[in-house]
Amino acid sequence: MDRRKSLKVFALTAFSSGVLLDACKPSDKKTIIEDGASGKHALTIDRYPAEAVEHERLMSEKFFTEHEMQTISVLSDIIIPADEVSGSAIDAKVPDFIEFIVKDRPENQLPMRGGLLWLDMQSNKQFGQPFVKLNHDQQINIVDQIAYPKKAKPEVLQGVSFFSLMRNLTSTGFYTSEIGIKDIGYMGNKPNQWNGVPDEVLKQYGLAYSEKELKECVSFDKA
Amino acid sequence: MGDFQIKVQPKTYDVVIVGSGAGGGMAAYSLANAGLSVCLLEAGPNYDPAKNVTQLKWPWESPRRGASTKFRSFGDFDACYGGWQLEGEPYTHAPDTQWDWFRARMLGGRTNHWGRISLRFGPKDFKRKSIDGLGDDWPIGYDDVKPYYDRVDKLIGVFGTNEGLPNDPDGIFLPPPRPRLHELMIKKGATTAGVNVIPSRLSMLTKKINNDRGACFFCGQCSRGCTVYADFSSSSVLVKPALRTGKVDLFTDAMAREVLTNKEGLATGVSYVSKNDMQEYQVKGRTVIVAASACESARLLLNSKSSRHPNGLANSSNVVGKYLHDSTGAAMGGVLPQLFGRKRYNEDGVGGMHIYSPWWLDNKKLDFPRGYHIEYWGGQGMPAYGFGMGIENSNGKYVVNGKQKEAGGYGKSLKEDQRFFYGAGVGMAGRGEALAIESNLCEIDPNTVDKFGIPVLRFNVKWTDHEVKQAKHMKETFKEIMHNMGAIITWGDDGPETNYGLEAPGKIIHEAGTVRMGSDPKRSALNSFNQAHDCKNLFVVDGGAFVSQADKNITWTILALSMRASDYIVSEMKKQNL
Repeated sequence: MDRRKSLKVFALTAFSSGVLLDACKPSDKKTIIEDGASGKHALTIDRYPAEAVEHERLMSEKFFTEHEMQTISVLSDIIIPADEVSGSAIDAKVPDFIEFIVKDRPENQLPMRGGLLWLDMQSNKQFGQPFVKLNHDQQINIVDQIAYPKKAKPEVLQGVSFFSLMRNLTSTGFYTSEIGIKDIGYMGNKPNQWNGVPDEVLKQYGLAYSEKELKECVSFDKA
Repeated sequence: MGDFQIKVQPKTYDVVIVGSGAGGGMAAYSLANAGLSVCLLEAGPNYDPAKNVTQLKWPWESPRRGASTKFRSFGDFDACYGGWQLEGEPYTHAPDTQWDWFRARMLGGRTNHWGRISLRFGPKDFKRKSIDGLGDDWPIGYDDVKPYYDRVDKLIGVFGTNEGLPNDPDGIFLPPPRPRLHELMIKKGATTAGVNVIPSRLSMLTKKINNDRGACFFCGQCSRGCTVYADFSSSSVLVKPALRTGKVDLFTDAMAREVLTNKEGLATGVSYVSKNDMQEYQVKGRTVIVAASACESARLLLNSKSSRHPNGLANSSNVVGKYLHDSTGAAMGGVLPQLFGRKRYNEDGVGGMHIYSPWWLDNKKLDFPRGYHIEYWGGQGMPAYGFGMGIENSNGKYVVNGKQKEAGGYGKSLKEDQRFFYGAGVGMAGRGEALAIESNLCEIDPNTVDKFGIPVLRFNVKWTDHEVKQAKHMKETFKEIMHNMGAIITWGDDGPETNYGLEAPGKIIHEAGTVRMGSDPKRSALNSFNQAHDCKNLFVVDGGAFVSQADKNITWTILALSMRASDYIVSEMKKQNL
């Protein structure tokens, strides 16, 4: 298959990565082609060959243990619980995102693994059990000690760093999910006709378009 | 390599072009339409934004939610294949110097990445030495380039407004989009500070201009490439139509090694390695046009040594690689408290700012030469990796829905905070003119080759006091604008210890000056038509040819000069001079 044809195939079928990999990484060819053919790790966004190889590699690895994943799940649902507007971090599959992102950005691996152990040691010290085995009130008791950087005690600052990292990854994972985008109220990412700021918003802020802007700028008939 | 042999492509072309970005794409388009046979070499793969789609995808369609990777430095959805480091293609630095080198490897090159800010140089920008005694004047002036700017405007399409400014020339503009809410606030704040704010000038089609390309549908994602070709990239707007003429053979994944010359010293073609089979090829042409990006073009010429060109091709002046310069850049960001808890609506707009500030001051009254323009951003963008992080730096500082909270936190209260702060961010960045000086350069590293065995570049670039003072002025201006808007600065309030936040050279990705034009063959590599003084059938049509680069993004001028050089090539061929 010539290069241009193979690229076309690549673009049209999201999981055709296997087709292209012969030249990239011969030793892994077999497994990757199988994964590609099954579409197990297919993506809906454009990937070029080297990216497709890297994606398969990341998806074939597992970083967190079952216990660590359980702890991450419990923590993420404490950080982003369901409320009257939207679902929880677990509903939005945030733990899966965290598993992926620490593989993709390995600088997070040590702080996450060490932080999870720190959390279990503190839980054990204070309540005689690892974090996931504590009851909800005990879990919240521990979280309250590390969730507020300015008022946290000096002896738990390592926990504060870990919790801030967990809060960052949970927040980003949640608000980039379908549930989170709906919650935050982002209205775009679709074909649109930009007619400027809505009139009632201009009024709210005491702003108006100048005559020059109204004359020069592109506008669309309001349907 | 036991069976090493070079495969010679059977056809001899009128023109062989190295690079398919703005310069190479325009040359291919112009020359193919003039009836010449063209071979277009591109070091990366083929690309078509209608097929290689990331536009209108949601953050969760990227497992890393759009975060950057070594494959896409500007995020997982960015159209551009390439980055600050390419596997197996290193570059090096002289001690204590800085240069960050961004390389695109794909059809269309960096035009798949850039912000489509399409500014003409003004009359003063070609004659800076005559004004401030620094650097050199161009051998041409605005009047020489104006007709080509006009043709580029019409061919490619750009929105903006005619403001009658002395050094930011009027053009042939499509209507701009109306400012967004934060842009109206910026306009007020900047105007109070004496900073002029006008509609931006971006190459995006707010109206349809032909049947090959659609009109903008305001998704704000030009950086992802446009499936209806409503923004400019060389791949979709120049190379595609050039291919349709039937006069162009495109070779992708073809990494140029050397420009070949004969015993008279004239160019005869290009040798390249195909990344598909790692075999060596040669392609022959009557004329060779180099447009591989300023630094890659210098590298190619310096690596093309022969008995007639012992110092590298077109380098008897010894200027190739020198006068390397990038735009200056410094930025500041913050929040607009009046936008906390704002009403939601779709404000994507075009893929960039709707307003900007051209340089507004007179350097005679300032302690640095040359100016800068200001770019602005803010508003209700699509969440991506990084969104919602660092809430502990915000939610203790401001009253949220009437409640003073402790910084940090979790739970329903955290969700309330995230909603409250969304869409209140604002920021601005300066892009200024750095001086092109001889001692800032790239050269061949004597010790290092890349994976193709091609000697690599070693950079030797340092900012001078001029650029640092310019960055200082930027920060003072930004602070005043932020203050006037009622914004709270959250980052970028830098002082002398960080050179006022001045970005490392190369970081703004406006590299230029390495194969500069001039009327004196002893002090320049090219004449005023981008033609090598030392080799009449060799042309360089990328940013390398620039004598200086103004505070204007250089693409529009690359396009205009490449079109002008193409006209000249056709006319010289008609006269039998080439």
